[in-house]
Amino acid sequence: MRSIELLRFATGAIIAHPMRSALTSLGVVIGVAAVVMMTSIGLGAQQRVTSTIAGLGSNLIIVSPGASRGGAGGGGGGFVMGAAGSGQSLKDADAEAIAKQVENVVAVAPVVRGQAQLTADGANWNSRIEGVTPDYLLARDLSIASGRMFDEREARQGRKVVVIGQTVARELWGDLDPVGRRVRVRSVPFEVIGVLESKGQSSFGQDQDDVLLGPLEAVRSRIVGRRARGDTVQTIYVKAVDADSLDRVQEDVVNLLREQHRIRAGDDDDFQTQNMASILQASQAAVATFTILLAAVAAVSLVVGGVGIMNIMLVAVTERTREIGLRMAVGAKRSQVLIQFALEAITLSLAGGLIGLLIGVLGAIAVAKLGSWPVAIPPWAGPIALGFSSLVGLVFGAYPSWRAARLDPIEALRRE
Amino acid sequence: MIEISDLRKLYVMGEEQVAALAGVTLSIGRGENVAVIGPSGSGKSSLMNILGGLDRPSSGVYRFEGEEVGAFSDDELAEFRRRRIGFVFQSFQLLPRLTALQNVELPMIYAGLAPRERRDRAAEMLERVGLGPRMGHKPTQLSGGQQQRVAIARALANSPDLLLADEPTGALDTQTGHEVLALFKQLNREGLTLILVTHDHDVAASTDRRISFRDGLVVSDERGA
Repeated sequence: MRSIELLRFATGAIIAHPMRSALTSLGVVIGVAAVVMMTSIGLGAQQRVTSTIAGLGSNLIIVSPGASRGGAGGGGGGFVMGAAGSGQSLKDADAEAIAKQVENVVAVAPVVRGQAQLTADGANWNSRIEGVTPDYLLARDLSIASGRMFDEREARQGRKVVVIGQTVARELWGDLDPVGRRVRVRSVPFEVIGVLESKGQSSFGQDQDDVLLGPLEAVRSRIVGRRARGDTVQTIYVKAVDADSLDRVQEDVVNLLREQHRIRAGDDDDFQTQNMASILQASQAAVATFTILLAAVAAVSLVVGGVGIMNIMLVAVTERTREIGLRMAVGAKRSQVLIQFALEAITLSLAGGLIGLLIGVLGAIAVAKLGSWPVAIPPWAGPIALGFSSLVGLVFGAYPSWRAARLDPIEALRRE
Repeated sequence: MIEISDLRKLYVMGEEQVAALAGVTLSIGRGENVAVIGPSGSGKSSLMNILGGLDRPSSGVYRFEGEEVGAFSDDELAEFRRRRIGFVFQSFQLLPRLTALQNVELPMIYAGLAPRERRDRAAEMLERVGLGPRMGHKPTQLSGGQQQRVAIARALANSPDLLLADEPTGALDTQTGHEVLALFKQLNREGLTLILVTHDHDVAASTDRRISFRDGLVVSDERGA
C-alpha cells in the first residue's frame, strides 16, 4: 500500500475529534511557545549585552585605581564601569608611560569625571562631564556629528571648550545648532565646539548621549579638581590594535604600572585592569547560562505535553480496539497499524509545535513591543521547534502504537 | 481448495489444557457452499479463525490451495487475509466514522489500489449487494440488513477466494436474515466459495453441505439440500 494512506488514516482520526485533538496538542503548544519565547528573550539579552560592551569601544582595556583581587593580570571578573573612582593611584604620567612604552597600542585616553549643573541661554540641565584627551574618541569609538573635537594643543593649554552629546544639545538648545554657543558648567563658561554622534541608550538604561567632553586639564582644575589631586585620573582607556593583542597589551600595562607605582613582587596592585574581551565573554556566558536555564524549564512543559499525547493515544487505542482488529482482518500488517498510530501521535505533536512556534514568535514580538525588552528570535527556532515536537510525538507515541500493533485480532474484534 | 488434517487448537485455562479443536480432518473444494454448525464451545469459531488466517493451529496441517498457512509469519498471514479471505461478522464491524463507500474501500487501500480505481470498484460492489443509492451513508444511517450488505461488499472488495461468515444473520430479524442468506446463495452460484459458521439449523439449511461440531470434533458431514 502507499504510505500516504497511513497518514490519511491518522489525520482522519484527528479530525474526527477536533476538540480532543486540540486539547491533546495544547501541552505541546504551550511547551514550544515557552521555549521559543524564552530563547528569544535570552538571545535578545545576549545581543544587547554584546552591543553595550562593544559600544564602550572595541579592543579596549580599562585601567582603574583601587586594589585588584587577583594581583597581576587579573580583571576578567567584575563588570564595574568607572565606578572604581575612589582611589587616586592613577596619574597622567601612567597614561604617558603606557603610550610610550607599551607596543600594539593605538590610543591611550586618561579620563576624569564629574557631575555638573549646566546653564545656557536660560535653560538648565544636569549632566556628566568628562575631562579627556583627543584620543578619547578613538578609544571609545565615538565620532563627531558636527563641529570638531579639540586638539592636543587646546587640551594642553586647558582651553575651556567642550564637545557635547545629543541629549545635552537638545535639552539646552532644542533644535538650534549648539556649535559656537556658550554653556556654563558649574558657573564656568565653556564654548561648544562640536556635537557627538548619537550612541543611544546603554543596556543599563543610561543615556550615553547625556555627556560633555572637555579637555582633561580644564575639566580637572575647574570642575572636578576640588576633590582630586592635580595629576590624578579616574580611568585610563587603552585601545589595542586588534583583539588578538588584547591579552598581551593587558599584561604589558599591568607590568608597566607595577613598575611605575613601585610595587614589589608579591604585593597587590593598587589599580585594576579590565579586558573588554574577557568581560564580554564572562557576561555572554552568564546570559547564555540564564537562557539555557529558562529554556530547560520551558522544555519541561514540552515533556508534560508529550505525556498528555501518550495518555490520549492510549485511550484512543483502547477505544478503537475493534477498528484495529478489523483493519488486521482485512489485511493490515502489524507494522502498518504501528505506523498509523505513530503518525497520529506525531501529527498531533507537530501541529502543536507549529501553533506553538507561531504563538512563541508573536509572543516574543509582543514582549519586544510592549515591554521594550530586547528580543531576538533565533533563526533556528523554527526547525528546532518542529524537530523537537516531532520527536516528542515519536517518543510518546511509540508505546501506544506498539500496544495497538501487538493486539490479537480475534480478541480485538470481540471487544465491545 | 482447503485441506485440513488432524488440526488441533489448545488453550491453557488456569491449570487445565482445553482443546478447542481436538483433531479435525476436512477438505472443502472450490465453489462449495458449506455451513459449520455447533453449539457455542464446540470449536467452530476456532476453526473459522484458523481458516481465515486470524489464528494459527497448535498442531496439524492447514493447506490453502497447496500453501501451508499454518507456517506463515504474521505479515504473510496479513497478506493471506487481504488477498484470499473475505470476512463477514455477526456485528458487521463497520467503522462508524466512514461512509458505506469508504468502508468498502478500506481493504483495497491496504491492497494498494489507486483512489480512483478503488472508488469505482467499491461502488460496483455496493451496487452488487443492492446498496447503490446509499453509498454515501454512514453506518448509523443504515438498517442492520443494510449494514451487513455493506460488510459483504467490503468482504468482496479484494476478490477473495473464500468468504467466511460468522453468524452473519445473528443480529438481524428473520426477514432480513433470509435476504442476506439469499445474497450469499447468489454469490455462491456466481462461483464464490462460502463457509458459514452458525448455531442455527434453519440458517444451515440454506447451504449445500453441513459440517456439525461438538467438543472440538466433527460429528457429522451431510450433503444435499
